[in-house]
Amino acid sequence: MIRLLVALLLLALPALAQPQRDTLTIGITQYPSTLHPNIENMVAKSYTLGFVRRPITAYDADWQLICLLCETIPTLENGLAVRETTPDGKDGLRVTWRLREGLRWGDGTPITTADLRLTYDAGREGTTGIGPAEFFRSAYEFIAEDARSFTLRFDRVTFQFASLGDFAPLPAHLERARWESDPRTYRTRTLYDTEPTNPGLWNGPYRITQVQAGSAITLERNPHWSGAAPAFRRIVLRTVESTPALEAQLLAGQVDMIAGELGLPVEQATALIRRTGQRFRAEYRPGLIYEHLDLNLDVPALADRRVRQALLLALDRGQIVARLFEGRQTVAQTSVNPLDWPHDANVRSYPHDPARAATLLTEAGWTPGPDGIRRNAEGQRLSFELMTTAGNRSREAVQQVIQAQWRQVGVEARIRNEPPRVLFGETLSRRRFQGAALFAWVSAPESVPRSSLHSDEIPRAERNWSGQNYAGFRNAEMDALLEALPQELDREKRRVLWHRLQAIYADELPALPLWFRQDAHLWPAWLEGVRPTGHLNPSSLWVEAWRVR
Amino acid sequence: MMRLIASRLAQIAVTAAILSFCAFLLIALMPGDPIDLAIAGDPRLSAEDAARLRALHGLDQPLMARYLAWAGAVLEGRFGHSRLFAQPVAALLWPALLSSLELLGLALLLAAGFGIALGALAALRPRAAPFVQTLALVAQAVPSFWLGILLIILFAVQLGWLPAGGEGGWRYLILPVATLCFANLAAYARHAAAALTQALNEPHIRTARAKGAGERRILLAHALPNAGVPLLTIAALDAGALVSGALITETIFARPGMGKLIYDAVMGNDFNLALLALLVVAIVTMLATLAADLAQRWLDPRLA
Repeated sequence: MIRLLVALLLLALPALAQPQRDTLTIGITQYPSTLHPNIENMVAKSYTLGFVRRPITAYDADWQLICLLCETIPTLENGLAVRETTPDGKDGLRVTWRLREGLRWGDGTPITTADLRLTYDAGREGTTGIGPAEFFRSAYEFIAEDARSFTLRFDRVTFQFASLGDFAPLPAHLERARWESDPRTYRTRTLYDTEPTNPGLWNGPYRITQVQAGSAITLERNPHWSGAAPAFRRIVLRTVESTPALEAQLLAGQVDMIAGELGLPVEQATALIRRTGQRFRAEYRPGLIYEHLDLNLDVPALADRRVRQALLLALDRGQIVARLFEGRQTVAQTSVNPLDWPHDANVRSYPHDPARAATLLTEAGWTPGPDGIRRNAEGQRLSFELMTTAGNRSREAVQQVIQAQWRQVGVEARIRNEPPRVLFGETLSRRRFQGAALFAWVSAPESVPRSSLHSDEIPRAERNWSGQNYAGFRNAEMDALLEALPQELDREKRRVLWHRLQAIYADELPALPLWFRQDAHLWPAWLEGVRPTGHLNPSSLWVEAWRVR
Repeated sequence: MMRLIASRLAQIAVTAAILSFCAFLLIALMPGDPIDLAIAGDPRLSAEDAARLRALHGLDQPLMARYLAWAGAVLEGRFGHSRLFAQPVAALLWPALLSSLELLGLALLLAAGFGIALGALAALRPRAAPFVQTLALVAQAVPSFWLGILLIILFAVQLGWLPAGGEGGWRYLILPVATLCFANLAAYARHAAAALTQALNEPHIRTARAKGAGERRILLAHALPNAGVPLLTIAALDAGALVSGALITETIFARPGMGKLIYDAVMGNDFNLALLALLVVAIVTMLATLAADLAQRWLDPRLA
């Protein structure tokens, strides 16, 4: 009898040692300010909603536009997109999408074009205040062909016509009455924020079952999900804003993985992997976060292209990336990511060359002064402010190195940092910076940088300070390219325009390119199937592929 | 006594009104309103969108009009909506308040208990005084973020006995309470030691000893009540901390309390949330000070 018990115990031991992995706890560093798909853009919201709702189209991990809720991506060739003339006589497009069969909300209600009609109506109604504003301005008519097919008519021709990433269906059976009762206050009354555990709000593999505002969101399988069943019964998204605390929770086993989209800085993740050996796996995914130095071109010294080129030549970006980021950032030559198809590998580059930088500065009239800092003919020192977001340790470290490397060629950078809210909300947006500002742009694949490079986008009071051309860059050819690019539907012709854009960028240097940031995705060794994308569509959109090894 | 209470309550009401206006003014004058931040975050927002959003949020109104509208709504019990969390402000404030009360209440209670005990030890056993003074010095000098991380590494990561952070049962409270308790211990220990040393040298203590009273009775019945006045002042000041939260500890241990809420609200330009939270903290601090004043008068009638 005793032998039998011992044998049973021995048989049971492996099962006891293998923990039941039906819950996955993910640590993220930000909590979404709203769960409404069409109000505000933030990474925490995109990541969270990736598990519980699906957009109609999205860019996948290979940066290709794919259908998630639709059947086919519309193209001119397949006839789902048709050029036409708008009632105002402008060039326009008529684009049709068809929803996949069997799509349902989490309460079993079918997803139909009535849900998309609500999104369209709410987006077009200005007082509702839901975005994306430009999309709804351009889409001047919505036509429900039947319960699954709908057509949008656009008053402009743009190569991005097939992408509906920001046009997400809203459950009309739950939200239409709320919206219609008072569109102006809909933002504060939407069920997405007042009753987020209502299953009818969600159409992804999971639905939200519990919300602890500011700290955790619990998701459970959606019984009405028509796609492949996800592996985990429950997913908990736990917000830990302090990255040392998040790392501690990972090590203590309170969180299983840290999402790269909202996780640890690369250098912290690398150190963690070095210390913990095989316990975790890390994937460093190069992405579309473009770290650069915006220069205020109204500062006389920086208005000279030779000075800007000298400043870039004086920087040893490869060395900075190697020393501060363990080599895990991609040095940039322009704002176009090497992983993006329009990237031109032959664009002019600026390898570290302090001698050439010194020559250019001398040519521009800046000669070394008695204190080592260069002066012009009027005796003015080549000195300007170098700003970044206060409290961002890695940027502050980079700033120190930049300051030292510029000093070697006789340029003085005076460090002055501000909290992000002041830097972005006031100093940059009102162009009050007097020199250079180190920060990042986040974009989507093949994103036309009109807002940061077109001369119309220079922020000024009469435009309500909108626009992100903080540098004040003005170039007629660049303006023409930025206007022509979105309207060019032929990919090869567009490639030529993109290459010209990059050539101008690399010559003129409206901003000094530094590198494209990589996200550090940390998973336990037993998890597989996570595919980081490196762009704004998060890895959570493909959660049904995540599996226990 | 009733006149005193009435007069102090009136003072509190006036101070709260002035404070709310000052807080409103300061937050409104901070650079970068919500629409500036939205513009910075979404390059596709046009000048017309910015103007429309400003009108939608009421940010196109003059400052005074905005303040009066907010104050009027608060007096009617309408606390508004949080822009940052898309929730009614009251729904956010209560859980955070309860979380902070739980964490800081326990930490301060333990800090006061251990602090007074250490102070008594130093007063009664002069040979132990250097130890108590050193401990108080260390407690005051050690930054709570450092101690917190150290405790997490030891008890959560290395030993795996306790959770590293978050909210749950009593186990989740141990490390943050220990961190805060240690940080607050010093003030109570030093003040208790000084006050009890002074009280134990009073003539009535000598009389009690001469009459044969035991040391425990002397300490608890004769010395402590006399030493209680300065300790009550510290406790009253700490009462404000009970509701203002402990930002650093809450951040390290990932606990959503008042400190974190107020910080996020101010940094995120969430007027409704920041103003109400700051007002609650100010009013509770003032009421606690009033309560401490009344308790001091009760302990020492000469103050009346």
